[in-house]
Amino acid sequence: MTVEELIAARRAEPWREALRKGMKNKERSAIERVKMNELDPEYRSHTRLEEVNLGLTKEQAMMEAHRCLDCPNPTCMQGCPVGIHIPSFIKNIERGEFLEAAKILKETSALPAVCGRVCPQEKQCESKCVHLKMGKPAVAIGYLERFAADYERESGQVSVPTIAEKNGIKIAVVGSGPAGLSFAGDMVKRGYEVTVFEALHEIGGVLKYGIPEFRLPNRIVDVEIDGLRQMGVKFVKDCIVGKTLSYDDLHDEGFKGIFVASGAGLPNFMNIPGENLVGVMSSNEYLTRVNLMDAANPESDTPVLKGKRVAVIGGGNTAMDSVRTARRLGAERAMIVYRRSEEEMPARLEEVKHAKEEGVEFLTLHNPIEYLGDERGRVRQMRLQKMALGEPDASGRRRPVPVEGAIETVDVDEVIVSVGVSPNPLIPHAFKGLEISKKGTIIVGEADMRSALPDVYAGGDIVRGGATVILAMGDGRKAAAAMDEHLRNI
Amino acid sequence: MNKIVSKEHFSANVVKLEIEAPLIARSRKAGHFVIVREGEHGERIPLTIADADVEKGTITLVIQAVGASSRKLCELNVGDYVTDVVGPLGQATHIEKVGTVVCAGGGVGVAPLLPIVKAFHAAGNKVIVVLAARTKDLIILEEQMRANSDEVVIMTDDGSYGTKGLVTEGVENVIKREPVNLCVTIGPAIMMKFVSALTKKYEIPTVASLNTIMVDGTGMCGACRVTVGGKTKFVCVDGPEFDAHQVNFDEMIMRLGAYKNVEK
Repeated sequence: MTVEELIAARRAEPWREALRKGMKNKERSAIERVKMNELDPEYRSHTRLEEVNLGLTKEQAMMEAHRCLDCPNPTCMQGCPVGIHIPSFIKNIERGEFLEAAKILKETSALPAVCGRVCPQEKQCESKCVHLKMGKPAVAIGYLERFAADYERESGQVSVPTIAEKNGIKIAVVGSGPAGLSFAGDMVKRGYEVTVFEALHEIGGVLKYGIPEFRLPNRIVDVEIDGLRQMGVKFVKDCIVGKTLSYDDLHDEGFKGIFVASGAGLPNFMNIPGENLVGVMSSNEYLTRVNLMDAANPESDTPVLKGKRVAVIGGGNTAMDSVRTARRLGAERAMIVYRRSEEEMPARLEEVKHAKEEGVEFLTLHNPIEYLGDERGRVRQMRLQKMALGEPDASGRRRPVPVEGAIETVDVDEVIVSVGVSPNPLIPHAFKGLEISKKGTIIVGEADMRSALPDVYAGGDIVRGGATVILAMGDGRKAAAAMDEHLRNI
Repeated sequence: MNKIVSKEHFSANVVKLEIEAPLIARSRKAGHFVIVREGEHGERIPLTIADADVEKGTITLVIQAVGASSRKLCELNVGDYVTDVVGPLGQATHIEKVGTVVCAGGGVGVAPLLPIVKAFHAAGNKVIVVLAARTKDLIILEEQMRANSDEVVIMTDDGSYGTKGLVTEGVENVIKREPVNLCVTIGPAIMMKFVSALTKKYEIPTVASLNTIMVDGTGMCGACRVTVGGKTKFVCVDGPEFDAHQVNFDEMIMRLGAYKNVEK
């Protein structure tokens, strides 16, 4: 059965027809979009571990599910990089079959509880919802996804997806971030023996070291990883492919296919004076200390500087995660310093809104040009160049240009540099024969994610530069389909 | 998990651990290091691989108890497991036949110097080792150094063993005595700074192995960054060895003090 046929068959099931008949589209459209319950901003800006978004109640979820018109040609699915059967899972929520909804999510997504929390749905599935054409807000697909995944986890009745008969073919995955996990889930379902190699001491990549607890609790990531383990995926921690094990070693161990998902973990700095002062660090270092190493916990051996006046340089999600973390670690003044205006910020609207509610200051149209330190080499001030917006640049965003002579000095005792990341060079250096772009990404076929080495596929940030969790997962799915196809035809 | 198969006390605060890590033992080269984490609340710290036995599948680490994490490791015994050991990391030492090589090590820096001494000696160089410590009891690995070099010079601050004086005096005596083609130095940052200043005066190419603060050790965070020749480098991926005459040691020493007030 093709995907289209499966969608049509599911839509034609009697219970679903009955649901559609049970309420007129007009009535469905008239229901107001649900609002997510959140922790109080004042309270949450001082609590590091509690999630800000509290999730939907059963009643809220079922009401929101009624808004979905169950379109015969569901355009929302085209907006989802992993192709979740969106109306099928939502209609199960509408009829109260929450576990059934969770099962449908897991057919195509290895990490629904994660994606329901961190995907920019407004740019993906929800941007294609039919309601938007009628001037109404989109169905809250992300909230519903999160609801179904959370409901299943909390029910204690977690289902394990069906697995094809084992085919005895060994597949290696380099990196346990979203791309690697998504690929591993799809391949193990197809019967392959999948081993995921991770350099750090925890599985999950950016989901563990990057995204903070208040947005994505580690225990939720762990439950989804345990699900993969139960499906038969093997995880090897503390193992760096390219260092601990070479390309040849993997062949010697009998791996027939390798999926490289080593990410873009190399932080960019601006190379301005004073950037190596004590107290100036990358967001990767700051977030790794706090999230992976639990440095704010007195029990942890890893220290972290807790600034009183913290500036975070940049306007992406990582910058928002860093500045909100700084606020939670006691910063009296937590500032975003961004060289463009708020309109051009790449961060999700929700993150910007949350940051503002939590008392974060936004110094937009400001760009740091120098950091000044004291006699002990600790950062004390930053010099900011004021900017104005000029003509659009190659990215289509208006280019920031310095305003002559407008320089401001601001007191700071901690600066977190969050101006992007570059692809990790380890695999590009260690695997001879790969084609590498000028930016350091691995070049792969767009349709099959296959590299210049016939047994090596790659996906996620190592082929895209810094992108999103769900795009990485989509790459993993695509690569799994292509590698499976290739191996079956040998 | 990596089992400890042997333990030896070099001095009151310096311990040698031989740890099961077959994959690392097989792929490591002189100059490489590992990141080690001990306990569920443990931090990740870098330690140079002092030796490896491919057949036994073990690596050797020499650890000086200076803070909470190193103390925890020093307290482990044979049969215990180290929670995490990952590597080999960094760039291997560039070994070639250059002529006469002076290897200057101080304190626990002597341990990471051993594989480099071995490798330069095996490559056919004349290797002169200068070992320095505060006092006699703190001189370590002397025998192993003698077995793998042409000459060992011992310097102690208090004159209790070898010649009284600093490591720089030992190195300068060799330089004055015969032509030296390369100097390698590992030890406290301040020691490397002075060795570097000395060899710069004599225009002898010098390599220093930097030991900065690290978190992941794979280039992901930049905690270990130093300025070399005016450019920012990450010690964990670009190093740990650099042209000592290009390193900004003052900045490095300043950055090493970043967490002074929080270390126990």
